[in-house]
Amino acid sequence: MSATATMVERPPPRARGWPRPRIAGYALVCMWIAFGLGIVAYLVLAWNPAFFAKYAPAYLKGLGVTLSLVAIAMVIGAILSVPVAYGRMSSNRILSGLAYCYVYFFRGTPLLVQTFLVYYGVGSFRPQLSEFGIYLPVFSDGLTLARFTLWDFFKDAFNCGVFAFALNTAAYQAEILRGAIESVPRGQWEGAASLGLHKLQTLRKIILPQALIVALRPYGNELILMIKASAIVAIITVYDLMGNAKLAFANSFDIQAYIWVAVVYLVMVEILRHGVEWIERRITIHLKR
Amino acid sequence: MRIALRIALAASAALLTLGVAQAQEKTLRIGTEGAYPPFNNLTADGQLVGFDIDIAKALCDQMKVKCTFVAQDWDGIIPALQAGKFDAIVASMSITPERKEKVDFTNKYYNTPSALAVPKDSTLKGVTKADLAGKTIGVATTTTHFNYASKTYTDSTIKGYPSSPEEQADLANGRLDAIEDDIVVLQQWLDSPDGACCKILGQPSPQPVDIFGPGAGIAVRKGETDLVNKFNAAIDAIRANGKYKEINDKYFKFDVFGAES
Repeated sequence: MSATATMVERPPPRARGWPRPRIAGYALVCMWIAFGLGIVAYLVLAWNPAFFAKYAPAYLKGLGVTLSLVAIAMVIGAILSVPVAYGRMSSNRILSGLAYCYVYFFRGTPLLVQTFLVYYGVGSFRPQLSEFGIYLPVFSDGLTLARFTLWDFFKDAFNCGVFAFALNTAAYQAEILRGAIESVPRGQWEGAASLGLHKLQTLRKIILPQALIVALRPYGNELILMIKASAIVAIITVYDLMGNAKLAFANSFDIQAYIWVAVVYLVMVEILRHGVEWIERRITIHLKR
Repeated sequence: MRIALRIALAASAALLTLGVAQAQEKTLRIGTEGAYPPFNNLTADGQLVGFDIDIAKALCDQMKVKCTFVAQDWDGIIPALQAGKFDAIVASMSITPERKEKVDFTNKYYNTPSALAVPKDSTLKGVTKADLAGKTIGVATTTTHFNYASKTYTDSTIKGYPSSPEEQADLANGRLDAIEDDIVVLQQWLDSPDGACCKILGQPSPQPVDIFGPGAGIAVRKGETDLVNKFNAAIDAIRANGKYKEINDKYFKFDVFGAES
């Protein structure tokens, strides 16, 4: 241990007085603080109970839509990401090529474009989509069979949003998963094999528990990015948080509409960030010395 | 000596800024949307064309000022005017009380009614609240049509779109049961191949002035009474000298100005 300790270089002593970088740093911080105080002051001065009473319920409803959209898309994306990650790591050329193309497309094009492609692109194939149908039991005046077509699914803007977001996040999550699994040293696989463990058992009991610690932060980031990106669905007529803010702005021409929506997004992201940190503290207890 | 020099410098600087200000005043920047044919539209090669554009050009000629055009999304068009991105909005903006709180308007330069369009095979019979109960209606947000639809068709689902082409696409592909828009905009779309799916169902009646306003006016920043007066005089002038009729006949088979105010 002592050998390594001598190799570590001591950090230089803190500069005394007021060197230029420090002055610049303080000036910048002061500027940001002033900026923040300005916004707070504006919100306090422009506090408009009428605006709040009129639009707060709509914002809450929008928040619910945003949260459910992101939650559903994240879960479906997580499920979809498993085969994609498997494909990416596969030694089969075709499989890995396909998975690579999928990830390449969804990470390489803007989510806005993907959402438009799904919503308006699918809309122009209505006759074809109406061909594919399945009969599902429905409870209306007793149990009856009703025909559901693909169009019934894509007709709804919320479904289109979930569809596009799930496909998009699946590509990102597949890369997170792959990176995390590949970050576990090969020796772990070999050690498990020498103990006679099956490959799936190794993955489930040895590799994944270690990989998911690595993956936690990127997963948290992906969730935060999804929440922020979900504002996109406002332009395909889904009244999410952003959609309701746009509506409030359209009716009032009051910039508060957007400031409040920014505050709500900020609070959501902050809560998530702390949540992820808390989970990380919990699951890395055994690594702390 | 030094002081005299400074005074001379300050004076010339002041003169310069004055000159710049005057030069700026002579070019008037007009904001418009570019997604509302036949009133204003962007062609494939990025040119702004349409009734609004021609009227604005005629008004500028009449006022003897040089005009440049700026295309701006409808949702942000009033904030952009206030932020000084342009000096006047000529974009078929209906004169409404809410907008009057934010901007000043000229007199109307046209007034056309609102109407609803439906697919040709639609079973809808009328345009009352009861007729449309349970149906889904698409309207462009931040428009008088949207305000009317959300106040009137409270038993229907109102879907808000960023602009008219999107709501038309969704009516054509069957996501919507009806759309509400300016009758001229609807008719233009219905006459095009894309609008072959659909037809005009009818015009809501009555069309209250407190929602739809007296018609479309030109919006300028609050307090610019001078500019408003100039525009009003120019509107009267092109109405009188036949220029308005010439532009009107280029686009429409009827007089879109509506009743004399």
